[in-house]
Amino acid sequence: MARFVSIWFRYLATDWFSLPHPEYKKIPFVLRQPSHGRLIISAANAAAVRSGISCGMALADARALLPDLHVLDDEPDKIQRVLYKLAEWCMRFTPWVALDPPDGLFLDATGCAHLWGGEEKYVQEMTNKLTARGYTVRVAMADTPGAAWAVAHYAKNPGVVPAGHHIEALLPLPPEALRLEPQVVERLHKLGLHHIKQFIHLPRAALRKRFGVGFLQQLDKAVGQEREPLQPIQPVEPYHERLPCLEPIVTATGIEIALKQLLEMLCLRLQQEQKGVRAAVFKGHRVDGKVEQISIATSRASHQVSHLFKLFEIRLATIEPALGIELFVLEAPKVEPHLPQQEKMWEAGGGLDDVRLAELVDRLSNKIGERIYRYLPEEHHWPERSFREATSLQEEAMTEWRTDVHRPLHVLPVPERIEVTAPIPDYPPLLFRHKGRVHTIVKADGPERIEQEWWRQQGQHRDYYRVEDDEGNRYWLFRLGHYHDQTFQWFLHGYFS
Amino acid sequence: MFVAKAEMLAQLQSDILRLQGFKPAGSGLGALSLGAIDAAFPNRTFPTGAVHEVVSPASEDLAAASGFLTGLMAGLMRSKGVAVWISTRRTVFPPALKAFGIKPDRLLFVEVPRERDALWAMEEALKSPALTAVVGELRDISFTASRRLQLAVEQSQVTGFIINRAAKLTTTACVSRWRITSLPSETPDALPGIGLPQWRVELLRIRNGRPGVWQVQWQKNRFVVAAHNEQPTTNHEPLSQAG
Repeated sequence: MARFVSIWFRYLATDWFSLPHPEYKKIPFVLRQPSHGRLIISAANAAAVRSGISCGMALADARALLPDLHVLDDEPDKIQRVLYKLAEWCMRFTPWVALDPPDGLFLDATGCAHLWGGEEKYVQEMTNKLTARGYTVRVAMADTPGAAWAVAHYAKNPGVVPAGHHIEALLPLPPEALRLEPQVVERLHKLGLHHIKQFIHLPRAALRKRFGVGFLQQLDKAVGQEREPLQPIQPVEPYHERLPCLEPIVTATGIEIALKQLLEMLCLRLQQEQKGVRAAVFKGHRVDGKVEQISIATSRASHQVSHLFKLFEIRLATIEPALGIELFVLEAPKVEPHLPQQEKMWEAGGGLDDVRLAELVDRLSNKIGERIYRYLPEEHHWPERSFREATSLQEEAMTEWRTDVHRPLHVLPVPERIEVTAPIPDYPPLLFRHKGRVHTIVKADGPERIEQEWWRQQGQHRDYYRVEDDEGNRYWLFRLGHYHDQTFQWFLHGYFS
Repeated sequence: MFVAKAEMLAQLQSDILRLQGFKPAGSGLGALSLGAIDAAFPNRTFPTGAVHEVVSPASEDLAAASGFLTGLMAGLMRSKGVAVWISTRRTVFPPALKAFGIKPDRLLFVEVPRERDALWAMEEALKSPALTAVVGELRDISFTASRRLQLAVEQSQVTGFIINRAAKLTTTACVSRWRITSLPSETPDALPGIGLPQWRVELLRIRNGRPGVWQVQWQKNRFVVAAHNEQPTTNHEPLSQAG
């Protein structure tokens, strides 16, 4: 049975403006907004409403009514951001929070209330917490979002409507409670239909003819004949676990215990479904409304509690509990199939398929970033392009590594300029100077000409020489360009062992 | 008579090593043979499951040291093994590894952003039994840090190699300290050109073994010890020659 909560922030804008100035709560206080060349009241607080001021009234009229009215400029964009922040804060009560602009929220509370010890306590907790934050709220819970909205906005005493009783709760409410268009509401009142119970049992064909399809839809949504889709502010991950805390958690040990419990819950579920985590996020909802989060990624699907815990452990210290964390959430946005028998087979085999190797790669890459490389051969002569990064640990080489050419074991990331004395064109050099040191060349091999791959890059060819100096060190030198061009340059590119 | 005595002495010596906590090499990896250099090692086998240190401050020496190390690792890795090479910036040219008997795609390169992370990454890698060998290029290593690494391999039996690029050497807890320098290559029949790589391999320190200096050539995927041209610092006659 689905259950929904509607929260109505009765004086959202004025409450928010009163947060830094508690004294505004007591005096009549309105917000103004220019509209068609005059100033209109866009929000009024409780004291102002009691004095007969309402939204949409011209500011001049209100001033006539109450000369000492306090007025501030409205900031509708900011108020919408405030509502969004409140929605994020409310995620501690349920993962499924949707906005109900301009001043309300919908919560899909299905299966959540028992964590607070019942629906009454759940709604009470919500009301108390939001009131403590300085907002006037009306909270109602019912079987449909429409009914919850109606009760929150129009019932004398909003609260929990027991499951299956939402139609009874709707009956005494005015037609406005169905979220109808103003013209329709006006027509209903003109016809003397001041309560829902007066028209809910009328023939549907007659209602449709008079008030249109939209009216029936709204009625069906409230009654539960039609499903009302709610768009959550944050998409709910299909794999997630929640752990609300009775007391806010401030210690590192407490956070560790929470993480372990959540991992155990998640991994148990994943094991049963033969799935493994590829990416996971651990979130801590703090008392002050902020969310602290750390995320990890694995190179191979895993449901090992100990391994995942180790990955999180490195970052655990970055969580700032401040005044305490009320709710821990563990989400797995990326989940892949993980068959248990494969693990058994590979565990003994070793090599690149070893699970423990994947775990090591995860641990390293979660600390230092994606800086672990494996290389595969590429069919290119140009040395810099003769290999490429592998995309995974398991990727196989398409071609063989070349062994017919001599390549140095260490290559400079960028070839370095050297000064060279070479006797005859295309002969190996006699000596070269690198970083101020002169190396006399005793033995040499070459040249090995490597042409540019013109379809990739323009430029001159390289003539490579393997040379050995009088100390027995071996180098890889090249000349860029033809000897007779006069524009050639010599470079040191690597060291042979 | 003498042979029997020599055997008994060798047996006793290995017993002493065992009692001192020296573990014999693991079954799958023990068959690495370095020819004449083997005599320098305890039990005449290259110590696997330990951390070795290779000092090489200059870039030229680094190439020589990497050549010798990759040759060693090829013997340890065989066909199945996987190794990790940790440095702040990769200078190893993967296609060249094949010439030293390693399939380059069985080597993972870890490029750490800071020197500090290199030690951490090396320790993590040494703890993982999935690996055969770990190489770390480090600027400097303290005694405490090297002890941590040694403790890490004792569980996992991974063989670690530190390429120490520090100019000034300090005491470390590594099982051995090597210095490899290039020697002029030799071509058969004094043909022109560059021949097979040749190094002067100095074993400066080895726990429970005898240091020495050798001239080593890399020939057809194996080490060939060309000459043992200098006396080891501690002057013990090898036991096998006693008879």
